[in-house]
Amino acid sequence: MNTVLALAGVVFKELYRRKDFYVLLVLTAVVTLLAGSVNLFNEGGVVRYLKDICLLLIWASGLVIAITTTARQIPAERENRTIFPLLAKPVTRADVIVGKFFGCWLACGAALLVFYLFFGAVSAAREHHWPVLAYFQACWLQWVMLGIVVAMVLFGSLVFAAPSSNSTIIFVVVIGILLLGRHLNQVALQQPEPLRTIVYTLYFLIPHLEWYDVRDLIAFDQGLVPWIDCALATLYAAVYCALLLFATWLVFRRKPLNT
Amino acid sequence: METIVETKNLSVEYRGTGPAKGRRVAVQNLNLKISAGQVFGFLGPNGAGKTTTMNVLLGFVNPTDGEAFLFGVNVREPIARQRIGYLPELTYYYKFLTAEELLRFYARIFGIPRRQADQRIDQLLKLVELESARSRPIKTYSKGMQQRVGLAQALINDPDLLILDEPTSGLDPLGRMKVREIIQRLKNEGKTVFFSSHELGEVETVCDRVAIISQGQLKVEGRVADLVEQHHANLEQIFLNIVGYTPQAA
Repeated sequence: MNTVLALAGVVFKELYRRKDFYVLLVLTAVVTLLAGSVNLFNEGGVVRYLKDICLLLIWASGLVIAITTTARQIPAERENRTIFPLLAKPVTRADVIVGKFFGCWLACGAALLVFYLFFGAVSAAREHHWPVLAYFQACWLQWVMLGIVVAMVLFGSLVFAAPSSNSTIIFVVVIGILLLGRHLNQVALQQPEPLRTIVYTLYFLIPHLEWYDVRDLIAFDQGLVPWIDCALATLYAAVYCALLLFATWLVFRRKPLNT
Repeated sequence: METIVETKNLSVEYRGTGPAKGRRVAVQNLNLKISAGQVFGFLGPNGAGKTTTMNVLLGFVNPTDGEAFLFGVNVREPIARQRIGYLPELTYYYKFLTAEELLRFYARIFGIPRRQADQRIDQLLKLVELESARSRPIKTYSKGMQQRVGLAQALINDPDLLILDEPTSGLDPLGRMKVREIIQRLKNEGKTVFFSSHELGEVETVCDRVAIISQGQLKVEGRVADLVEQHHANLEQIFLNIVGYTPQAA
């Protein structure tokens, strides 16, 4: 555990010493601030619409931070040869994978916390109420979802040739799941065999990231998700993360260390 | 005397990729035994199998055949690396960290308690003369300074065995002298040092024993003084003879 935490600490330090994180943070903050300050004709609906835009921005920033930070972790270790002095210590390849995963996931969590605190403060200033539990649920579910994304990117970083191709492919897959994932079963019903079985299999195989998207509940004050559903969603994400990390380890243990 | 490093019929083969398909033998039936307190020089021309042997000892590469042990523990077990320090030939570290943070990171991996780690970091930064630069990011260091950080990280756990892969490559004469001094100091402290080098004069100066490897096979092994006496030549001439170098007529 000590090794995993030490590795996670280095990933965390890397994130807050890089400029891209601050650029995203400032960009989101500026847009959130602008959007939060607008209240056209005292129309409450407009503020909600703008809140929705801000949350979308937080989602996009979260994905960008998760994917770009994770995609370069293992390739950079191999390219810069930092993996050699690291594995010359009593560190296993499994430790490296788990440490990188936790580092990236915790970094995403810290970034999300800052984003949501800022969003909460701005929306509280406009609407004079602060649904803390709803914000906590939204932040938690997004963070849990990012755990699956981080695990997917770690796996991709060993399968795809370059961090850029990995990032692009994962972006496309994640956006595809978010937009189409929930409709795949309906699409399957309209297809002839064997396409129906293939689409159905895909529907049950993909991690349903769209389940973690509760932006509408916050933007339109629709109350909380039942806590049991939150717990089940967390468990579902944990299972996917474990499977993806296991697959990553299977690939990494046979992978030559030099590029 | 305790055996620190041992290889038994160690063989490593690589599968070629691209146009050079087929198997390539990097190390063949290598038997080595290094006792505690020795400074052991591992010599050979480029591509002889030195780095591959070190990679097996460090667990980076699995042997195709045979076995390797550190402190009697099979190198496949991560715990075999608890008492070693390793300095790679090309040293790149996390450039966004400072030397102090890097050493603290590695100390944490070894499970060294905080207070003890602080003391050790102070000692090492003094030893490698990086005290004044301890809080600067590594990306601002010169090559020599980075090599010294590398040496400091290799010593963080006060290792009983130090594996150095061409530790003086690319260093200026002053840097080389400092590395030699550190090796000598470790030898005086009773540590075992296993290092590869192309600097034969340096090897002759600091090593107790040497092994010369060529095309993956061990050609000669023994005490430096014995080899010099036996071959009536200095280490460079012995090396050139063994690797089959014949001078071209002008």
